[in-house]
Amino acid sequence: MSDPSPITRPKLDFETYQALLQLYAEYASAVDSGDWDRWPEFFTEVCSYRLVPRENHERGFPLATLAFESQGMLRDRAYGIKETLFHDPYYQRHVVGVPIVRKSEPGRIDCEANYAVFRTKLSELTTVFNVGRTIDVVVSTPAGWKFESRLVIYDSEMIPNSIIYPV
Amino acid sequence: MSEAASKLEWESGTSRIPFAAYTSDALHRQELERFFYSRHWCYVGLEAEVPNPGDFKRTAVGERSVVLVRDKDGALNVVENVCAHRGMSFCRARHGTLKEFVCPYHQWSYTLKGDLQGVPFRRGVKQGGVVQGGMPADFKPAEHGLTKLKVATRGGVVFASFDHDVEPLEDFLGPAIVPWFDRLFDGRALKILGYNRQRIPGNWKLMQENIKDPYHPGLLHTWFVTFGLWRADNRSQLVMDAHHRHAAMISTRGASGKSEGSEGVTQVSSFKADMQLEDPRFLDIVPEPWWNGPTAVMTTIFPSVILQQQVNSVSTRHIQPDGHGSFDFVWTHFGFADDTPEMTQRRLRQANLFGPAGFVSADDGEVIELSQQGFEQKPFHRTLAELGGREVGDTDHMVTETLIRGMYRYWREVMER
Repeated sequence: MSDPSPITRPKLDFETYQALLQLYAEYASAVDSGDWDRWPEFFTEVCSYRLVPRENHERGFPLATLAFESQGMLRDRAYGIKETLFHDPYYQRHVVGVPIVRKSEPGRIDCEANYAVFRTKLSELTTVFNVGRTIDVVVSTPAGWKFESRLVIYDSEMIPNSIIYPV
Repeated sequence: MSEAASKLEWESGTSRIPFAAYTSDALHRQELERFFYSRHWCYVGLEAEVPNPGDFKRTAVGERSVVLVRDKDGALNVVENVCAHRGMSFCRARHGTLKEFVCPYHQWSYTLKGDLQGVPFRRGVKQGGVVQGGMPADFKPAEHGLTKLKVATRGGVVFASFDHDVEPLEDFLGPAIVPWFDRLFDGRALKILGYNRQRIPGNWKLMQENIKDPYHPGLLHTWFVTFGLWRADNRSQLVMDAHHRHAAMISTRGASGKSEGSEGVTQVSSFKADMQLEDPRFLDIVPEPWWNGPTAVMTTIFPSVILQQQVNSVSTRHIQPDGHGSFDFVWTHFGFADDTPEMTQRRLRQANLFGPAGFVSADDGEVIELSQQGFEQKPFHRTLAELGGREVGDTDHMVTETLIRGMYRYWREVMER
């Protein structure tokens, strides 16, 4: 399929790979920090962020649980989290796997990674909240590496009530 | 009268609902029997989900797993997902295409109508010239089909009932609700856009009540009140069927922001006068001819489904109970086959407002969970649903909880029988 054999798998120089790891780690750190305004900064101005049930992705249905097309939409979401969406507060914690590089060219990397998000509600036990993978396009910009596209495909068959914070 | 229901204490009428109506397993089982498994039509899906012969969809009626399948002749069948032999819930895929049902355990096979057609070793196995075993000579396959549900469709929406004596679907909906149903599902071909699935830890009735409650949207949902999508001064209408079990909340988008005389609705803390979207495409609303005016019509078909039109976003929301304190809520977003690509894009963008992460609807699941928590800790208490009085009746405004009182009037009629 789209997965090239290990021999032909694209190689990144160490510096670029380290930058990619750093981007993933910083994204996880940011979306777990509670400082929602940091989240849109990981994306290019025109971008795609889609949170999609695996079912829709595999059956070719276009519906997403969330689908944003610009940094502006991401900022609208950050504002919503802070100001307009009533929700029971919770902490979230991302654990992100090592990225697989699928394709690379100067200034652009196509890559994927597995993730798990744990949720901890106040006075409650920690539970597995959402599990899946991201399919990403990362591009080099004057302000560093950014996500041009982040497709978050979750295996989790049931959303435990609601998803408020960014995955 | 249901024994569990007889233990409930109602102060008067149905404006004060006992918390215990939401917290009892015995009562819940009775509700499943009386609302989901008899005398009611339950939603199972859209015809567009099973367009071709052999296409199937596994879903649920109440807490019972069923399969909706399109037969070879194009007819729609719904059968219970329980093998006649050893009771196995045999259908594991959630969708697909097949020629027959086969239970993997002992390969009993059924037609798409649910008739038993194959029983391996039914006539025994020959060993050394002697036939060993086999089913008894009087075994009649015709008596051992899958449980077949009665099926009815209207405008591309499929309903099923375990009760073959259920009234016709049109009578079940009633003349007050049929026009609102037909406005959305007027026979146009539908196009499935996809699903969202959430598990809400609250009693299933709370979701019906949430969409029979026009009081909360202009208060809980900042987007609705700030952008005028749904607020207390919008032109609106509430209608019920003769039994008060189904309802339609009909509203026409009015002013957004502050306007003369709107002080009453814009003084609420969720109204944000200065809020502006950075990307207004979320609310790129284009009126469609079939609306005939109203910009939002939320129809509750008791007990199993909610039909949503919120501007250009249309969906069904399927209620699948799981015990007294939880239900699965399955959203099927769709469009129409003749939608332009721009209209499809618009429906998908506006879907950001709805569903388990929606700018608007995520709130609803949260408040339902927290209501359930309150009920569980104080089951001797009761809610107050007295906005607009204690009576039940249609209105031409939304400052009332009359639809909730109506639903419980019907609930009492059925449960106290």
